[in-house]
Amino acid sequence: MSASNAIQARFESKRFLEGFQRTIVYIVLTIASIAFLFPLLWMLSTSLKVQEQIMAMPPQLIPNPFDWVNYVEAVTAPGFDVPMLLKNTLTYAVLETIGVVISCTLVAYSFARMQWPGRDIFFIATLASMMIPGTVTLVPQFILFKQLGWTGTMLPLIVPGFFGSPFNIFLLRQFFKTIPMELSEAAIVDGANHLTILRYVILPLAKPVLATVTLFEFLYCWTDFMGPLIYLTDDAKFTFSLGLYAFRERWTINYDLMMAAAAIVTLPILVLFFMAQRTFIEGITLTGIKG
Amino acid sequence: MKGTEATSSRFVQVFRDRRNREAILGVIFALPWLIRLFVMDVYPIIAGVYYSFTQYNILQPPKWIGLANYVKLFTTDKLPMLSLYNSAYYALGSVPLSLILALFLAILLNQNIRGRSVFRAIFFIPSVVPAVASAVLWLWLLNPRVGLVNYILTLFGLPRIPWLSSAQWIKPAFILMSLWGIGWTTVIFVAGLQDIPRHLYEAAQIDGAGVLGQFRNITIPLLTPTIFFNLVTGIIGSLQIFGPAFIILAGPTGGPQNAALFYVLYLFQQAFRYFNMGYASAMAVVIFGVILVLTLLVFKSSSVWVYYETEGRK
Repeated sequence: MSASNAIQARFESKRFLEGFQRTIVYIVLTIASIAFLFPLLWMLSTSLKVQEQIMAMPPQLIPNPFDWVNYVEAVTAPGFDVPMLLKNTLTYAVLETIGVVISCTLVAYSFARMQWPGRDIFFIATLASMMIPGTVTLVPQFILFKQLGWTGTMLPLIVPGFFGSPFNIFLLRQFFKTIPMELSEAAIVDGANHLTILRYVILPLAKPVLATVTLFEFLYCWTDFMGPLIYLTDDAKFTFSLGLYAFRERWTINYDLMMAAAAIVTLPILVLFFMAQRTFIEGITLTGIKG
Repeated sequence: MKGTEATSSRFVQVFRDRRNREAILGVIFALPWLIRLFVMDVYPIIAGVYYSFTQYNILQPPKWIGLANYVKLFTTDKLPMLSLYNSAYYALGSVPLSLILALFLAILLNQNIRGRSVFRAIFFIPSVVPAVASAVLWLWLLNPRVGLVNYILTLFGLPRIPWLSSAQWIKPAFILMSLWGIGWTTVIFVAGLQDIPRHLYEAAQIDGAGVLGQFRNITIPLLTPTIFFNLVTGIIGSLQIFGPAFIILAGPTGGPQNAALFYVLYLFQQAFRYFNMGYASAMAVVIFGVILVLTLLVFKSSSVWVYYETEGRK
């Protein structure tokens, strides 16, 4: 056989193998997907079952009958005031996210496109601060907020967001650096100052990253447990994570109600995720943190 | 300052002013973050070290007691070291398993198949579920009598396991739970895999390398920066496990024979149930030290096994 024939033969046999390989990949991925999604299906299924059906063996996926009352009971259960929890969770998530987006944009722009003494040292400090374990600052921060009189309110959760957040600063700074300096310089020639450059040159180009930052921050706030646990004492201020935890403490045995409550807390974020999943997943690629 | 350089053009003067202005403006833009960096990172670390040498219950001013907290947590009080062991056990179980599983999934997801973005989204969904909901769900899944996990075990002819009431099985239970949340790690691996240039694989195929050979000589070496990142974040995160345990155990308690008393759980208990701020601060300093040492070890070892594309070939 000539060299080119040999190579061709190799590739052709590879192609058949690839078809077979492909099927195996599909099968494994499908099995794994079922394994990953099944718990959520089970949550939904349990939430719609009557008490007797929950304890039935072997377990059945489809409830019979469908007990929608569970949701009504969960929502009207004392201590699980869904509208209030929703209001609190949204307050926290929306305000903190707005703060983060505004502050981190300014800070990242400064790191990426402005020169000032000590800039690079502080950027390295920013990276270092991302590695500080949360446990280490937990107690001193609490003491600090206590001395400020902020404990028991949402202030410790929301206000720091307006002063930047290291991960998002890093994300935005990396992105801002990829925008060619010529664009800035052209704008300066036209008489722009940094704020106008930021507004009219950088921000329009940064929409995907900003969407990512917004989504990630919102998700973080919605699911945050430890923060509210430490700083929110008045149950009128509870967020969903605390409300669900209180529910769990109270209704441990009533799994049907607990699953209904869990489903209520999970659903909005799942919906958000489905609507924005591209941004979620591609946002991670944008960060370039892997390298 | 400016003003006396008669020979320089006005342009140089303006330029100088602009650079000064930019420097000032730059600092102003960055100021909020610099403030936060100091107030919420630098200051608390220093304050935490200080508090660790005191007895402090917030109501009264801190009282200096020297190394007493450290002596207590290494000798008389058995729980800090036990809880450290528990967290280390969990980390040793969760991190390697998570990395392997995530890498496995990522490789599958990197194949050229249709609908892979759908699969990728599916594996990411559990990471989006709020931690409280997830913990409550697993509480139900691990129910010894009617939970799904034990049911599946019986389908394979295996005995039921008293997951959350057994000192032996409760940590493995948490490790199992952690595997459900590998979405983030998987997606990061996928991103890392996509960075590997295809032509390397094609060249290897022409040279006769099989799938395994390609994996060993191309995929793994070029993936080492991503593995490194996931390893470090995994270690730091898993040693500090708190949320799922708190929710499942219904508070900062330890479970059967304190087998699930993780380090941060015990710290939380000391700080926010008993208001031993000084003692809790000492515990915080200790775990900081542990994490720092481990991270440095991984960093040091990285020169041996992490391959960056910018390095020259041997």
